[in-house]
Amino acid sequence: MPQVNFVAADGSITTCSAEVGDTVMQTAMANDIDGIVAECGGSMMCATCHCYVDEAWQDQTGPRADGEDDLLDCASSEVRPTSRLSCQIRLTPALDGLVVHLPDSQQ
Amino acid sequence: MIATAEMIEGHRRIAPPHGAPVWDVDPYDEAILCSPQDYYSELRRLGEVVYIPKYSVLAVGRYQVTHTVFSDYEHFVSSRGVGLDDFKLSRPWRQPSIILEADPPDHTKTRKVMARALSPKSVKMLEALFVQVAETLVDEVIARGTIDAIPELAERFPVTVFPRAVGMKDVDTRYLVDYGAMVFNAGGPDNAIRRRAMQSAGVIVPWITAACARNRLEAQGLGAMIYRAADAGEITVEEAAMLVRSFLSAGVDTTVTGIGNALWCFSQFPDQWEKLKADPGLLRPAFEEVLRLTSPVHTFARTANCDTTIAGVPVEADSKILCVLGAANLDPDKWPDPERFDIERRPVGHMAFGAGIHGCVGQNLARGELQALLGMMLKKVDRIEPAGQAVWRPNNGIHALNALPLRIIPK
Repeated sequence: MPQVNFVAADGSITTCSAEVGDTVMQTAMANDIDGIVAECGGSMMCATCHCYVDEAWQDQTGPRADGEDDLLDCASSEVRPTSRLSCQIRLTPALDGLVVHLPDSQQ
Repeated sequence: MIATAEMIEGHRRIAPPHGAPVWDVDPYDEAILCSPQDYYSELRRLGEVVYIPKYSVLAVGRYQVTHTVFSDYEHFVSSRGVGLDDFKLSRPWRQPSIILEADPPDHTKTRKVMARALSPKSVKMLEALFVQVAETLVDEVIARGTIDAIPELAERFPVTVFPRAVGMKDVDTRYLVDYGAMVFNAGGPDNAIRRRAMQSAGVIVPWITAACARNRLEAQGLGAMIYRAADAGEITVEEAAMLVRSFLSAGVDTTVTGIGNALWCFSQFPDQWEKLKADPGLLRPAFEEVLRLTSPVHTFARTANCDTTIAGVPVEADSKILCVLGAANLDPDKWPDPERFDIERRPVGHMAFGAGIHGCVGQNLARGELQALLGMMLKKVDRIEPAGQAVWRPNNGIHALNALPLRIIPK
């Protein structure tokens, strides 16, 4: 069961157990992580599950999905090279220990 | 060619799968369409997947399995139609949609173009228009006091703002509403409702096609954005016309229903209106709760493209599967106390907009319209009270009101 570390904008860290095959967004919702809204529920339509993948994990999480850039362009917080939609990061055993940083706003 | 004896309602008749309960019900019975809650709960109670002999289809209504089947585009395709007709075996009533009734990789391309046009940023640009129209309409209904909210708010708002958002030069509001009803009724069996809706197809379909032509669209609208994707070589001009048509199929009747159902919820649960007045920040999550509770689109079908299984039950190729979104949205295993309208619930993952790659591409626009209209009502309206019996309208795909008499009491 991979662990995911959510680092809130204020620096506080919440560590959650996730299911392989779930997305980072689903893990955040299942654990009531405040910094993720996920209004569209994972259809890549809303950009309210924006997160910054910790640089140490960027290679393992892979590139952005086709069309993800268009949505990130609508994100309410600054978009950085590490920006991802957390609904597009699917958890594998290799992502155990993943660290994602949350923006200060989603809407 | 498949012998007609093996066909039923446009698809191939299948044998009841081993292990699936058989339920002698007509999901498209008018009484069920108007008041579906008992049908939903019985469908969930019977099992993960149920065989319905009346149309020789399978149906799923528990949350998890419905979500799985609806999202699994590899085994359960959309390209063979999202209603009872199997486009591989029978002739579609119109040229199939290249986004709703398509699979990857074709779908990926068209979806991307539509998603960009309907992005949160794009909707933000329309906010001023939405708010301005909302103010005019809300002032009018306040002046009238007692209204039928379906024609006077639920229909009027989208048919005013939507053609302007798309940039349509030709507007016939009746045709726009009736076209949506036709598209969703067409997903059901050849029943009286579908026949009635289809009566005007001969007039409306050519009108819609003509209204989607490039020279009938303003340069500043969403429609023109789609044609610019054709200029950029992402899609063909013919595909652009088809995608503009999709705006009209999917963007009017659905938002009409979303608004009507929202007003119904707040008139039935006045404590929730009070709660929203006290905390207007709950407006967007409140709309999600309206959608979860009332499921404006109650059912979409998929077609098994190969021999496969659903929750361990064998499913033969060509089986039609009804994904009963309305049942999944009221599943007590997913949503505690599901019949309660609770604007603080934040029901992320509800299936009213579908899920996965076929999740509603216009959902930002729908939320934008609702936010403008309900936001204006929050500013100006103290109470929304029933002024008579609300009447639901049977539709093979949509759960909408036919009449909603309300008293609008201003602040």
